[in-house]
Formats: sequence, structure tokens, C-alpha cells
Amino acid sequence: MLELESVTYRYAGATEPAVHDVTIRLAASEVVGLCGPSESGKTTLCLIASGLAPRAIRGTLAGRLLVDGADVAGRPMHELVSRAGICFQDPTTQLSGVNATVYEEVAFGPMNLGLPRSDVVARTEQALETLRIGDLAMRDPSRLSGGQLQLVAIAGLLAMRAAHLILDEPTAELDPAGTRLVGDAIEELAAAGTSILIAEQRTDLLARICQRVLILRGGRVAFEGPADEVLADPRLEELGGAPPSAVRLRREAIAAGIDVGAVDRAIAAGATA
Amino acid sequence: MAVGAENSARLGFQGPAGQTWYQRLNPLTKLVFATVTAVGAVLLGGVVGPLLLVLLAVILPAVVAHVLGRLVRTSLLVSLPIGLSALIVNVFFFPGGRDVLLQVGPIAATREGLEFATQILARIAAISGAITLFYLTTRPSDLVLDLERRGISGRAAFVANASVQTVPRMVELAAGNVAAQRARGLDTEGGLLARVGGVVPIVGPVILGSIADVEERTMSLEARGFTRPGRRTLLWAPADSAPERVARWLLILALLAIVAARATGVIG
Repeated sequence: MLELESVTYRYAGATEPAVHDVTIRLAASEVVGLCGPSESGKTTLCLIASGLAPRAIRGTLAGRLLVDGADVAGRPMHELVSRAGICFQDPTTQLSGVNATVYEEVAFGPMNLGLPRSDVVARTEQALETLRIGDLAMRDPSRLSGGQLQLVAIAGLLAMRAAHLILDEPTAELDPAGTRLVGDAIEELAAAGTSILIAEQRTDLLARICQRVLILRGGRVAFEGPADEVLADPRLEELGGAPPSAVRLRREAIAAGIDVGAVDRAIAAGATA
Repeated sequence: MAVGAENSARLGFQGPAGQTWYQRLNPLTKLVFATVTAVGAVLLGGVVGPLLLVLLAVILPAVVAHVLGRLVRTSLLVSLPIGLSALIVNVFFFPGGRDVLLQVGPIAATREGLEFATQILARIAAISGAITLFYLTTRPSDLVLDLERRGISGRAAFVANASVQTVPRMVELAAGNVAAQRARGLDTEGGLLARVGGVVPIVGPVILGSIADVEERTMSLEARGFTRPGRRTLLWAPADSAPERVARWLLILALLAIVAARATGVIG
């Protein structure tokens, strides 16, 4: 389990905390979404959950980060990376920048862990396979498109095989096909027991993969709950969020006088048939 | 999946194949070769020695490696400004030059200056050619992997490699900024003054962008276990062989012989 217990984080030099008193618990196989406008604290929460704040970014953390029940305060980052991994929004800065091929780039993390070579190879190839980017393996990462780079960065994270994954807008550079692949990978990982915290603006993806969603505003949790309820909550739009297409479609159908209940019953009947 | 066909499935990654046998040489061999060529050209002096080195240690391997065209272009690009400066300064301002070849107003081009400039140009050609040949035939990451296998710490090797890779990244960033500024009406073409004026608004974003990049890159490296103490696993390392080891030592001995010949006045 990955737990953020009443965390408050203030960046060095800032007058106000970027995150105020937030508590999140992720059980094994659970996918939790973070959604909210810019500067609502999504990225800061991801940095705290991964252990990077305050280890790699200066600031003050109040509250606790517990990884599998253990308070990890004071533990070095390299001890956390095989348990909690993070993927950022910008793929160009996530790559090491020193590897000549995608294969070596994906293998970079496992190589740093000093794993046996056969493990590094197995992890790398499985990560490439999961995201269907085996055909990019021998390509120069610096010659890839933004979307391809993002998939390579996510593959690099998957190769670390952490029990808890934190994804900060992982589909920002991706087209619909790439987004679907990432969604598939997340579902596959969650089914295998990985807990996943994902900050994402694409509510369609959140509706598909998340069990719970937290909506943030000004560094605080504005409201939270089961994904289908939170993403259909009118307050989401007040905060500038766009509801998932299914929710919008349903609202439009109701507005047009269509008997949505009958449609739902027909779908349910079809599903059980 | 297509990770080098059967190779990936059974043996895992073996490293990319070089195009010619010269590219496939161990990076350290090519580094020693380039260093001996460059230092040797300086020590040999004169015109014939450095030009022979250009012919045998730069042009010939470049032909073998199929990079002659790129070598000439890149080498000229790198060495032309310094070469031209050396030529003008020495031809027209050589101290003690008496044999005047051409008088241009108050300054005169002298034969002594031209001879000295030719020597300098031959050395520049050998040095820039040797470095360019190494650059065109060796991936920095291969050299780093090889050095790491030989015991250099992964962190030191990474810093060296990252430093080399920073320049193209900054050029890319600058190109992006130029395009963005031009889209907003900035004039970066025309005369020298206009171009210099156009550079000013680009410098800040490039530097600040690079600093921001460094911060994010550092976090990413931390998240990928880069700060873990101890040796990291090497997926592969460039091949090395006994003949190459012998060749490296012979090259070093040859350089030492030139140093000795120079020190004892055998060549001067």
C-alpha cells in the first residue's frame, strides 16, 4: 500500500504550501486519479508520492509518506525507486539523454539497480512489448516524436517493476492510439497487483481506468469518491474540467428527451445476455 | 516484437552493429588513434609530416568508413575560422618577414609568413581531421560503455557523456526558440546587426530552459536509480581484441618515439 498521510508541502522560497493536508491511500491493484486545474497541486502530490519531494526538489514536507507500511522519511531515493516509480509529463527530460538506442534507454533504470543482465534484458523486452514499441528498440531516442518518446519514458518506468506507480499526465503527448496503449498497460499492471496514482486531465481515461478520483483545487482536495460519481459531478466543470464523453452524451440525451433509463436497461440486458 | 529478431528473444541486446570495420573498432582504439594523430601532427612540425598524417590517418580511414564527404564538410566548418585567422595573421604580420610577395597598403604578405602559415594549416587540418573522424565513427555512448567496463565510475562516465550530448540539445532548444520568436515577428535574418539583435531575446530562454531541463532531468535520474551506490549492470560493451590492444600500445610507442625524437633534436 502507498499512503500519503496528511501531507502538506511548501516549496523552498514559496510563501504558501503547494499542497495542504492531503491524504491518499492506494491499495494493491487500485488505480486512483488526480484531476484539477493548473497549479492545483497534482504534480506536487506526484512528487511527494514518489519520494522525490523533498529529496530531489527543495521544500518542506509535513505529514508522512508510507510505502508498504513503512515511513520512508530519511531513506535515500535509490532505495525507493524499486518500490515507487514515477513518470513525468515531459518525455524529453525523462530520458537519460546518453543512450543511443531505445532499448538501452528503457534498460537504463534496471541497469542502475545492478540487476543481473538476464533480468535487465527480460524487464526491458517485456516493457517494450507491453507498450507495443518493440519496433522502436534500435532507434535513436533523439529522433523520435513526442508521443513515441512518451511511450519510451513509460516503458522505462515499467522496466523498473515498482509495486507502486505514479504517473503525472502520462498521455499529454500521446495521440488516441497511444493513450489507449497506456490505458491498456495500466489495466494490465493493476490486474497484476500494481497500485497506480495518475494525474490526468483526460477524464475519459480516468473514467476507464480509475476506481477513485480526487479533484484538487488550490492544493486541497475539493471532493473525491468513486470515479463514476466524481467525474459526473457538476462541480468538476465549475473547476474547468471536462466530464468524460459518456457523461456528456448522457446529459445531452436527457436534454433531448431520450429515455436514458431504457437505454441503460437495454445495455444491461445485452451485457447479461 | 522486433528487437533485433532472434537475438533479442534468446540473448538480449548485443549492441548495435557498426557499418564498416572501422566503425566497429573499439572506441578506445579510435580515441588513441585520434589523439596520436593530433599530438603527432603538432610534434612533427613542418608541412610534410602533418600532411602525411592527414592522408594516412585521416583521409584513408575516412574512405574506409565511408565518411569522407561528411569529414571534409565538418572538418572545414570547425577549422575554417581558426585556419583563416592563422593564415591572415601569419601571412601579413609574421615577425621578421622580409621577402615580400604582395603589398596591400601599409601591410605586406611575406614568403616567410606564408611558409609558417602553411605549417600551421597542416597541423590544424590534421587535428580537426583526427577529431572529426573520431566523432563521425564513434558514438559517445559506446566510448562511455567501454570506459565504464574498464573501471571508470558510471557517474563520471555519465557526466562526460551528458556534457557531449548537451551541445546538440541546446542547439535544438535554440532552434525551437528561434522558430517561436520568428513566428511572433522577430527578424533573425538580414545583415549582421539584425542577426546579432535577433540573438538577444533567444539567449535568455535557451539558458533558462536548459537550467529547467537540468532540474527535471536530475529528478528523472534519481527516479531511475542513478544515485544508487555500487556498480551498475552493463548491458553490453564494445568488443575489444588482442590485435587492437597491441595496436593501441604501438600507437602510444610511436607517439613516445616522436616525443623523444623531438626532444633530442632528431626532428626539429
